Amino acid sequence: MSVRNKRLYLEDLTVSFDGFKALNQLSLYVDPGEMLCIIGPNGAGKTTMMDVITGKTRPDSGMAWFGDGVNLLHLSEPEIVAAGIGRKFQKPTVFEQLTVFENLELALAGTRSFLKTFRARITAAQHQRIAEVLDIIGLAEHSEALGRILAHGQKQWLEIGMLLMQDPELLLVDEPVAGMTPHEIERTSELLLSLAGEHSVVVVEHDMAFVRSIAKRVTVLHEGSVIAEGDMDKVQNDPRVREVYLGV
Amino acid sequence: MNGDRQVPGLWSRTTLVARGGDGRFDKGSIWFLAVLTVVAVAVPVLNQAVPASSALHISAFGITLIGKYLCYGMLALAVDLIWGYCGILSLGHAAFFSLGGYAMGMYLMRQIGPRGVYGDPILPDFMVFLNYKSLPWFWHGFNHFLFALAMMILVPALLALVFGWFAFRSRVTGVYFSIITQALTYALMLAFFRNNMGFGGNNGFTDFKDILGFDLHSDRTHVVLLVVTAAALAGSYMACRAIVESRAGRVVLAIRDAESRTRFLGYPVESFKLWLFVFSGIIAGIAGALYVPQIGIINPSEFAPINSIEAVIWVAVGGRGTLYGAIAGAVLVNYAKTYLTGAFPEIWLYALGALFVLVTVFLPRGIIGLVMARAKNK
Repeated sequence: MSVRNKRLYLEDLTVSFDGFKALNQLSLYVDPGEMLCIIGPNGAGKTTMMDVITGKTRPDSGMAWFGDGVNLLHLSEPEIVAAGIGRKFQKPTVFEQLTVFENLELALAGTRSFLKTFRARITAAQHQRIAEVLDIIGLAEHSEALGRILAHGQKQWLEIGMLLMQDPELLLVDEPVAGMTPHEIERTSELLLSLAGEHSVVVVEHDMAFVRSIAKRVTVLHEGSVIAEGDMDKVQNDPRVREVYLGV
Repeated sequence: MNGDRQVPGLWSRTTLVARGGDGRFDKGSIWFLAVLTVVAVAVPVLNQAVPASSALHISAFGITLIGKYLCYGMLALAVDLIWGYCGILSLGHAAFFSLGGYAMGMYLMRQIGPRGVYGDPILPDFMVFLNYKSLPWFWHGFNHFLFALAMMILVPALLALVFGWFAFRSRVTGVYFSIITQALTYALMLAFFRNNMGFGGNNGFTDFKDILGFDLHSDRTHVVLLVVTAAALAGSYMACRAIVESRAGRVVLAIRDAESRTRFLGYPVESFKLWLFVFSGIIAGIAGALYVPQIGIINPSEFAPINSIEAVIWVAVGGRGTLYGAIAGAVLVNYAKTYLTGAFPEIWLYALGALFVLVTVFLPRGIIGLVMARAKNK
């Protein structure tokens, strides 16, 4: 497997906390424009894997490459964001005291320093971009609403919209449909599917029906390692997966 | 200390943020600037042009008192900028205030010249008394006003920069930050109490004669100082307003409400905090520098931890995250203090404590929050 044509390439990542191996020689890759779903029971290492990719946690050993030539292990959190990796957290965290529009404004790529943001004025092109994203996430009508009054599902979409503002090449999405109504889940799968192709998308999710509805390729983690990979039918029939995850 | 931190405990409830339209001042700012202008015009007139026999006359004491309130208003503004908007609770802002005051005090001491009790042309009285043979190196230059002015700004800024750099870089937040700011101001107080520090020990500086050649015992000088203080307050208010209304201000709110989320968006959170903290320290320093010539004394008790805590109470009482609320709180609480310490000196600290508890429990948005809620219901 060559690093060259992979969007994300993880090899032999090991992370231990006080002797407990959260990741144990984890290897996986993501193709450009691919939608990959990652499932696994609690403690399988899904969040730790996200933490390593985004620079929050440093592995004890292993490699993490973004495209060819970007070594994620050498970059700080902001540098990884700038390189083109956006992460959506499990708990929706939008800025509650800012409007939907302002939330997206802060997520605009570019201006980051104190003095530059102090002088920054929104350009017509940026305004246009915010309007596009508002349409994609279906919140155009709520652009002046404060973040805190949004419904749970709307907060999740706003957060995805904030990731899109930075036009990342890779989107990491942690449990996007937890706590959503069936209607919201349906809208969310449409949204994520519309993003794959242009972006690589990695979704970590527990909801099997949801995973089935969006995933072409599924990776199953258990105790910090990959135990199965393939389409949904294949992994669901894998005896080891049935044992550790589906409990059958 | 990681994760999307809510500011713990008592101060987690503020959600009020005053925000106007793009570039235009909101109603609260217009009211505040109007009231400040009236004070800056009317108070000098009532002192200078109205005869002392009239009931409307404002005495020299009144001028000093109002000037002092305005300085405290500036200190409250500095505290609100970082606490109300960025969630950083500094319990050490009196340190910046006092350092600005000491820088001004050093200038005023050098201006006394040979008119001191011991008549030494160079050395201030306390140095003669303590057998200093020559001026310590850090006193040089303070006979020039411009140099002293630069120090009034640079010394508090430098302290805020160094202290903030270490604290924010180590991601010290919440109560831990508050505690070390208390330790900072306490340590400075102990240091300034020492005679061999070269800052007059526990007596500090006093017996000032004049500032820029103007007699500090004349009412007219005090009137001018009051007007200058009002202008400095208005200027720093508008600077703070400009910051909180800008995109940088929205990043600051984002840091307050969801720090790690802001970091993941790629904002250098520590650098935002540091800039804001340094700017806030400068405002506090200028406030202290204006305070000293009006009050006529600066000594180490200005560094006392309780002073910083009082400043936080003014802001809580007035209403956090509005800027003008903090200033209103500073004036109201200090007016109450002036009255109560005169009428019932023994109950002031109890009244202050009770006020803080009552405001925290019943008025989490302070007096301004109450006024705004009233205005909305009408």
